[in-house]
Amino acid sequence: MSFMTKPKVAHPSLPRNELGLTRRDYEGGMSTLCAGCGHDSITAALIEAVWSLSLRPQDIVKLSGIGCSSKTTAYFASGAHGFNGVHGRMPSIATGAIAANRDLHYVGISGDGDSLSIGFGQFAHAIRRNINMLYVCENNGVYGLTKGQFSASADIGTKAKKGEVNQQPPIDPALAALSLGCTFIARSFSGDKEQLVPLLQAALSHPGFAMVDVLSPCVTFNDHEGSTKSYQFVRDHYDELVHTDFVPLRSEIKVDYAPGEALPVTLHDGSHVVLRKLDPSYDPTDRGKAFEYIRTKQAQGEYLTGLIYIDEQSPDFHEVQGSVATPMNRLPYEKLSPGNAGLQKILQRYR
Amino acid sequence: MEPTDVRNPDYYHRVVDCQWACPAHTDVPEYIRLIAMGRFTEAYLVNRDSNVFPGILGRVCDRPCEPACRRGRVEAEPVAICRLKRVAADHRDAVEHLLPQAPPEKNGKRIACIGAGPASLTVANDLMPLGYQVTIFEKWGQAGGLMRTNIPSFRLPAGVLDDEIRYIIDMGVDLKLGTPVNSLDALLKSGEFDAVFIGSGAPKGKDLKIPGRDGTDRIHIGIDWLESVAFDHIKTIGARVLIIGVGNTAMDCCRSSLRMGANSVKVMARKPRGFFKASEWELDDAEEENVEIVVNHAPKAFVTQGGKLTGMLFEEMEYDLVEGRITGERVKGEVVISCDDVILAIGQENAFPWIERDLRIEFDKWNVPKVDPVTHQSTLPQVFFGGDAAFGPKNIIWAVEHGHQAAISIHQYCQGLPVAERPPPMVTLSSRKMGIHEWSYKNDYNPVERRLMPHVSLKERFKKLNIEVELGFTPEQAEAEVQRCLNCDVQTVFDAKLCIECDACIDICPVDCLTMTPNGTEEELRPRLKAPATNKNQPLYVSAALNMTGRVMVKDEDLCVHCGLCAERCPTAAWDMQKSTINIPHASDGKNPWSKPQRKTA
Ligand SMILES: Cc1cc2nc3c(=O)[nH]c(=O)nc-3n(C[C@H](O)[C@H](O)[C@H](O)COP(=O)(O)OP(=O)(O)OC[C@H]3O[C@@H](n4cnc5c(N)ncnc54)[C@H](O)[C@@H]3O)c2cc1C
Ligand SMILES: Cc1ncc(C[n+]2csc(CCOP(=O)(O)OP(=O)(O)O)c2C)c(N)n1
Ligand code: SF4
Ligand code: SF4
Ligand code: SF4
Ligand SMILES: [Mg+2]
Repeated sequence: MSFMTKPKVAHPSLPRNELGLTRRDYEGGMSTLCAGCGHDSITAALIEAVWSLSLRPQDIVKLSGIGCSSKTTAYFASGAHGFNGVHGRMPSIATGAIAANRDLHYVGISGDGDSLSIGFGQFAHAIRRNINMLYVCENNGVYGLTKGQFSASADIGTKAKKGEVNQQPPIDPALAALSLGCTFIARSFSGDKEQLVPLLQAALSHPGFAMVDVLSPCVTFNDHEGSTKSYQFVRDHYDELVHTDFVPLRSEIKVDYAPGEALPVTLHDGSHVVLRKLDPSYDPTDRGKAFEYIRTKQAQGEYLTGLIYIDEQSPDFHEVQGSVATPMNRLPYEKLSPGNAGLQKILQRYR
Repeated sequence: MEPTDVRNPDYYHRVVDCQWACPAHTDVPEYIRLIAMGRFTEAYLVNRDSNVFPGILGRVCDRPCEPACRRGRVEAEPVAICRLKRVAADHRDAVEHLLPQAPPEKNGKRIACIGAGPASLTVANDLMPLGYQVTIFEKWGQAGGLMRTNIPSFRLPAGVLDDEIRYIIDMGVDLKLGTPVNSLDALLKSGEFDAVFIGSGAPKGKDLKIPGRDGTDRIHIGIDWLESVAFDHIKTIGARVLIIGVGNTAMDCCRSSLRMGANSVKVMARKPRGFFKASEWELDDAEEENVEIVVNHAPKAFVTQGGKLTGMLFEEMEYDLVEGRITGERVKGEVVISCDDVILAIGQENAFPWIERDLRIEFDKWNVPKVDPVTHQSTLPQVFFGGDAAFGPKNIIWAVEHGHQAAISIHQYCQGLPVAERPPPMVTLSSRKMGIHEWSYKNDYNPVERRLMPHVSLKERFKKLNIEVELGFTPEQAEAEVQRCLNCDVQTVFDAKLCIECDACIDICPVDCLTMTPNGTEEELRPRLKAPATNKNQPLYVSAALNMTGRVMVKDEDLCVHCGLCAERCPTAAWDMQKSTINIPHASDGKNPWSKPQRKTA
């Protein structure tokens, strides 16, 4: 945290996106998180991702619950819409907003506590409905905001700052999402922007629920020896499985890959992700195999990162519901409201 | 790249662009902070430590620091370093009791300085506190050299000169005015002096030998003409004046002409704009006074009628320009421009008619003495040169620096020590951390633009020759301008052992100075940094290998605004903001009540 705001002065060579905006134009308020918090690096990656996709700030909706992680929404894209909901209830707000307006880009930010404890039910149903949003779980293994209690993602045997050892088995958000039918599942690390930024770009372009679990060390309560979510431990135990290169719309796929090694996937808006499999036997489109693979790695104490699973075919919420394409705020009142006569007609059906 | 050796005093010194560019290495950010705190006297003394003449230089310095200033790269305009120097001088209290004093007991060594210009005066300033007896011989009746005889009083008031010369002379210098040295041989043979410093300047203005030159007294040599103006020997000039040349002298000649009665003054330039020797601000000041600057005119002949100068014939030139360089030129035609007087301002030469050529002082084929560029010693060991006399015409701040270096040499020489053995510069660092988010310097970036110097109105300024045109910054202007300095001496100091590679510093840096990346050669690293480091004049800082990934932390010093946010955001204090003090050795170190170790830094 700083008392001084980041000065507006910028490097003259700072590149501009299609809208003529620089990365600096997508910044938000000054972070009040602890210095060195992984969450702040994720913020920087989010800024890079929304800037590079040339999203108009006013077309972005930032949603979050409660936690240090959930404060992230205040720290980027200050020109965007935002809703800071109740602890763990961000998915219902997102569902409502998405139902009402499918033209905007939805960025949900949550924590391991927010998503896997109090908000677990909400998380599950948002996945099940395949609402079209980027959902970032900033995963530090603790309740940072309430001073470092173990969260549901804490591994068995991991030590708290004062020394007590966690006995409860963890909920792995990636495994949970896989079993719930999530259509885009990735894991990354706050300290690896080269991996994280293209994953966020791809997730933002995915037509459905895109869950990105980001290991994000809590410098204050969970960065000590004995913790399995410290900078040191994550660096020592993370294992990239599928490297993702994001190829924006209208750009050619220029990267050369040996056959069999790379798998280009076209996203619904015409952009691509090129998946570079670091283990050729892995298939990121096979849910069953993915499940098994993560389980094995988990047993070996490794964090599997990269794009774990992708399904571009399953229908999203709007397709299933047949919801109206025009944002509701642009529908004329007469269409939105059936009026008394219409209401009577509906009620008649239940008589 | 190898990890940067920050113990080399030049590393952090280079980061302080202004101080590095200043020939005398004035501690600019330190005095600017002192001004910001209202400590004008201290700001003055910090200046005086290095540049000896803050009041003079605050008005007329060539200011090589300003084009070098980092602020000029971060936005368009550099900090008004020079004008702030004047603020310190204008608002200082009495300083006499704070200045170096000569000890009552002398060390028995006598030094002769020839010429009372800034170079000799600096030598005296540095040697008097050590107990030397210094005699200055000056041909004119007043001290100051070209600062007195050539720089017009509307730029540099006599009172300012008097005060700062007095501070030196009052230490007990034996100033012999109206005493030209006509023979160095005689001076050496007198046996009165242990060493001689020659600071006689580059006193000869170049002539222009083209047809029509002879037979009229209306063609003047610029520096001689300015001298006559300064000494009141000339009181008027014709209505229409042509100035030949566009250097510093030309600028003073054209503006002085306007004050001597001319109403149409043209500065005739052989080349296009961009090839002038005069600084941008000098051109602005002249044009503000309606001086016309005529480009692409090469002088061919003076036109006279019956012994009376009526005009000048010029060739109209055309140039081919490729990337700012002239690749071809041709004459397009000829034109006569009428005038009453011509002033030649096409350069100066050294001249030493009073130095006999058999004294073992070697001269090169251009009649310039062979002088060691570091020690300023000539080939005759007890004779030293400095200022314009040493390497040709430069400027005041170079003359001062030459004086400092010559004083060190003379001190070594008089103690029987080798002159080439010189005290090294030193750097000390001290943290500016006060609390988690608190620094003992103002680290916020202030976007305020450069303040403009207020001038006396065009109507008023020509009434008398000596009306100073620049009024100096108002308190409000000074208050704003000091905030533009980025405190480049508050260094980002990195400790690789402490870094946990969290990216916080990288993410917060407003100007993308920082990158963690696998090591490589400089050519590999520069383009792959977060913001490519294209300014090759600015160093890269490269850390030792980091603990977790073996990558290195690289900092491009180019555009760092010294905001300290990297240090604020670092969870392990791997970055710290530390003020570097560059101790530039002077002969009188330790004898000066204001020499650095005794002063509390700002
Ligand atoms: C018109 C003009 C304008 C300038 N404007 C600026 C400016 O704005 N800013 C800037 O930084 N610089 C300026 N300069 C340059 C600057 O004035 C000189 O570089 C500087 O004064 C050199 O200092 P010095 O001590 O070497 O010699 P000088 O200042 O030249 O002093 C030499 C002294 O030695 C005396 N002398 C010479 N021979 C003898 C002898 N045999 N015996 C006794 N005395 C002798 C001379 O009378 C003179 O007083 C200007 C120069 C000119 C000509
Ligand atoms: C309904 C409700 N219950 C409990 C809390 C207390 N509380 C605030 S933040 C938090 C945990 C946040 O953990 P996580 O989502 O992992 O965020 P982090 O701070 O670790 O980023 C809890 C339990 C609350 N604010 N609201
Ligand atoms: S910003 Fe200040 S310290 Fe930096 S170069 Fe300019 S004057 Fe010097
Ligand atoms: S002080 Fe640090 S954060 Fe500020 S500009 Fe310099 S490197 Fe960047
Ligand atoms: S903020 Fe500190 S610990 Fe983090 S990467 Fe920068 S120097 Fe290293
Ligand atoms: Mg948490």
